[in-house]
Amino acid sequence: MAQYLHDTPILEVKNLKKYFGQRVSTGKTKHPQDETPDMASGDKPKILPEKQKRLFGAGGGAVKAVDGVSFTIKTGETFGLVGESGCGKTTIGRTLVGLYKPTEGSVIYKGVDLSKATGALRIRNRRQMQMIFQDPYASLNPRMTVGDIVGEPIDIHGLASNKNERQERIQQILDLVGLNPEHINRYPHEFSGGQRQRIGIARALAVEPELIVCDEPVSAVDVSIQAQIINMLERLQNELDLTYMIIAHDLSMIKYVSDRVAVMYLGKIVELVYSENLYANPQHPYTRALLSAVPIADPEVERKRQRIILEGDVPSPINPPSGCYFHTRCSSALPICREIEPEKTDLGDGQWVTCHNL
Amino acid sequence: MKLSKELFSFLQSKEIQVDIVRPSTTYWQDAWRRLKQNPVAIASLILIVLIILVAIVGPLFSPYSYSAQNFDSTNQGPSAEHWFGTDGLGRDLFTRVLHGARISLSIGFVASLLTLGVGVLYGGIAGFAGGRVDNIMMRFVDIMYSIPFLLWVIMMMVYLKEILPENAGLISIYIALGLVFWLPMARIVRGQILSLKEQEFILAAHTIGASRWRILIRHLIPNCVGPIIVTATLAIPEAIFTEAFLSFIGLGVSAPKASWGMLASDALTSLKSYPHLLFFPAGAICITLLAFNFLGDGLRDSLDPKMRK
Amino acid sequence: MEPLLQVSELEVQFGTYAGIVKAVRGVDFKIFPGEVVAIVGESGCGKSVTAQTIMRLIPSPPGKITGGSVQFNGEEIFKKSERQMRKIRGNTIGMIFQDPMTFLNPVLNISTQVTENLRVHKGMSIHQARDRAVELFNLVGIPEPKLRLKQYPHQFSGGMRQRVMIAMAIGCDPKLLIADEPTTALDVTIQAQILELLKEIKERLDTAIILITHDLGVVAGLAERVLVMYAGQIIETGTIDEIFSTPAHPYTWGLLKSIPRLNMKKGQKLTPIWGQPPDLLSQLATCPFLPRCDYAMEICTREMPEPFGRNLVKCWLKHPQAPHVQYNREVS
Ligand SMILES: Nc1ncnc2c1ncn2[C@@H]1O[C@H](COP(=O)(O)OP(=O)(O)OP(=O)(O)O)[C@@H](O)[C@H]1O
Ligand SMILES: Nc1ncnc2c1ncn2[C@@H]1O[C@H](COP(=O)(O)OP(=O)(O)OP(=O)(O)O)[C@@H](O)[C@H]1O
Ligand code: SF4
Ligand SMILES: [Mg+2]
Ligand SMILES: [Mg+2]
Repeated sequence: MAQYLHDTPILEVKNLKKYFGQRVSTGKTKHPQDETPDMASGDKPKILPEKQKRLFGAGGGAVKAVDGVSFTIKTGETFGLVGESGCGKTTIGRTLVGLYKPTEGSVIYKGVDLSKATGALRIRNRRQMQMIFQDPYASLNPRMTVGDIVGEPIDIHGLASNKNERQERIQQILDLVGLNPEHINRYPHEFSGGQRQRIGIARALAVEPELIVCDEPVSAVDVSIQAQIINMLERLQNELDLTYMIIAHDLSMIKYVSDRVAVMYLGKIVELVYSENLYANPQHPYTRALLSAVPIADPEVERKRQRIILEGDVPSPINPPSGCYFHTRCSSALPICREIEPEKTDLGDGQWVTCHNL
Repeated sequence: MKLSKELFSFLQSKEIQVDIVRPSTTYWQDAWRRLKQNPVAIASLILIVLIILVAIVGPLFSPYSYSAQNFDSTNQGPSAEHWFGTDGLGRDLFTRVLHGARISLSIGFVASLLTLGVGVLYGGIAGFAGGRVDNIMMRFVDIMYSIPFLLWVIMMMVYLKEILPENAGLISIYIALGLVFWLPMARIVRGQILSLKEQEFILAAHTIGASRWRILIRHLIPNCVGPIIVTATLAIPEAIFTEAFLSFIGLGVSAPKASWGMLASDALTSLKSYPHLLFFPAGAICITLLAFNFLGDGLRDSLDPKMRK
Repeated sequence: MEPLLQVSELEVQFGTYAGIVKAVRGVDFKIFPGEVVAIVGESGCGKSVTAQTIMRLIPSPPGKITGGSVQFNGEEIFKKSERQMRKIRGNTIGMIFQDPMTFLNPVLNISTQVTENLRVHKGMSIHQARDRAVELFNLVGIPEPKLRLKQYPHQFSGGMRQRVMIAMAIGCDPKLLIADEPTTALDVTIQAQILELLKEIKERLDTAIILITHDLGVVAGLAERVLVMYAGQIIETGTIDEIFSTPAHPYTWGLLKSIPRLNMKKGQKLTPIWGQPPDLLSQLATCPFLPRCDYAMEICTREMPEPFGRNLVKCWLKHPQAPHVQYNREVS
């Protein structure tokens, strides 16, 4: 992917936390109780830590979806975020574009703290950060034509002075994402998954953004189409000078598209490295386990591989383990891991890892 | 088998077919296509259109007026002259039933429209605002629900009759029904909106900077039209029935205006000797209610997004 | 060797409002005892429908089997009564689905659900069945089986539910196990656990496994033979080594070239397959891959290719007169 042209950060995230009160979860299919952490505890009530009791009362805990993450995204780079289901990737993405209010911490876009920005500045900043959603079926309004979907941001921000200009702009954007201008009056259900994802990308582009958060842009798209979308995202990045944050659970995809990759576990980033180092020299035991778990489409490699199989499941984000969150499943855990949360170890060049046993 | 060599030359240019060729149908075309497959609903629709047409133009062609009394021919049975016979004051029953249709249908439609306006907005706002606003708004709905519906309408009617001038019987029925009928609509719309607002296309609307109002009007409500239309359609027969009931117990429109309920109520006194007086208005009520209910059910099936692929 | 399962000329269609969807269009394959065969292909190409037809689980209407036969153990499945089918399902053929929650009953405890199958098919008593369930849970790696059996599905995580499903599927020592996307809904680390478990089961029990997936990585790790499906047809078969190192069909080439691999070198590019997946509503008179194929020839626009060679490659490139095209995965 494109070599980043500048080292200036476009986005800084400082100690971001996002907790969900348990009762808020309405539409979400994944309920916290789905993830019974330790099997033996069964349905016995869990003992809540003191602080949590203070925060949320003894009755229920908060889902610590994102639990203190800090990182910077450089202008023009592709920043990858990878981790298992429920580790908080989507929550980070949505908090960045302002769909969720952070519980704690700050998001600084081009030097402006977004939670403090007001008025025109706020609107400008919001506009410059867009999002592409995972599900190409759910992310398009079924009652709007493609033209209306792509035209809506143009209307909202007054990006076209008259009807003709609007129409032209829409055609231009559709062309950019490889859709036919004839598609303008059609409805989303007339398109295949890959085409719908293109419409979603067109909508994001219509606002003329600088940073796009792509939440699993290809995981719901046919295998044979994924490369089309990925190549297109790359091309758009070069043509329009975009910065990407790409979220995925597919490590090989993330490694392929990103310049730097942040590996998340249970609401925290455990390692942040350049993607070439990710495969060659993974530092965190979780990263290593993740890499070794990824199936490789090559029977030769698969036969020779030594797998690190992680035992058990991901613990619940309602009641994460003490110390290093990963210690319950880590094969190289030390006694200290259970007690103390590891600090960041700088690996130079903006790379770091949090582990006691390096 | 030997095949000719040219057959194995690579194609030079090939128009790449990017389109998925699906028939381009809008939601409405699609719903209409499904509705057409339901003969009962279509028959009901035709019947309703007929009833409405007859109610509008019928009285214009009738030689009789709905209020003109004729004591020479009272309580006649159906005949070529008076199709449905005449009532105790010698008024032509057919004309009166036609007029009744105007009143009953107008009550149905007005109540349904009020339901639409108030219920959709109320439920929409409650569902979209969520949290405490939603809680308060829906508890209010619950309280309204807990008052027996008829009691509430009767109370409203009695009260409205007090404050409104004498000939405003129809208006007070509109208001009384409108005030009650929006409740189920509000609940349904709120439920729909609650489940819709977590969907990604709503989140997408937020990120491109759409205002809350825009999201509600342009994104949320259009996606509930199916249930809204069904609920509104089913509110029509309910309103007609309620009005008939109110007229029956003497709270409806005032004479000489005649709604179907009133005609039925009037017929009751002489039921044994002149059953046709009850038969025609009651039949009209029955047929209309059935037609609207069948149509409502048919619409529910055809507008249900779950059936869509 | 006698095949355990022989599917020939299978055709299945669905009547939908948009028209008739020909989901399976003449599928032929054999499964031999003890082998692991993967069916790969993109979404909607008919993998699940094929599997469901073998079990006679196609909802009808809208589904309809319009042709072909399925022979299991030499007996014709389509001639069996529903009662006889129930004796086969969950007994000699086990099935694992993508989403265990659709299969597990949320209001019954796990014990009831696991033992029911054993009691019906094997005539075990409650106690025997429960002992067997504990044994099975140990086999699939569910710790504290006694306690876990008393719990309800919602108290299990996704990976654990999948283990329960596997335990149920192998409970009656099936000869054939059909796993429809058994790991798609799971996390990578959990997926690795389940794949490891399936490998172990394959070695221990010597059951034949049909593994349906769209993840070529999963195929490479577990399968011995591969059937590549496209638009309701099997367009190529082969051992995993053949499919991954010397694939023959342009679609398979495209598939392999369009997925990123972890060990990819810097600067290597993905080569996407152009266009869109085919619409199964349309009738096909030519190769379904034609609109997307880089190597299409004149003849491809005229006639449907027949399966060529031992690997039944449905592509005109395999015709002896066709030009020779070499597949090279590393090309960028
Ligand atoms: N609106 C919400 N209310 C309550 N809990 C939530 C909400 N959204 C997310 N969560 C919880 O927060 C945690 C992180 O969720 P998130 O969606 O960010 O995960 P993810 O990493 O994107 O996972 P996936 O790969 O499955 O998309 C999960 O445990 C989830 O159940
Ligand atoms: N019950 C049904 N009614 C109508 N069409 C159906 C039904 N079941 C399957 N189909 C159609 O049959 C085709 C094949 O579906 P199938 O489920 O076998 O795909 P698949 O290869 O398993 O895909 P996936 O990877 O998405 O599971 C699809 O086009 C689908 O739309
Ligand atoms: S038959 Fe022709 S169009 Fe089809 S894959 Fe082979 S070369 Fe391509
Ligand atoms: Mg997510
Ligand atoms: Mg399937």
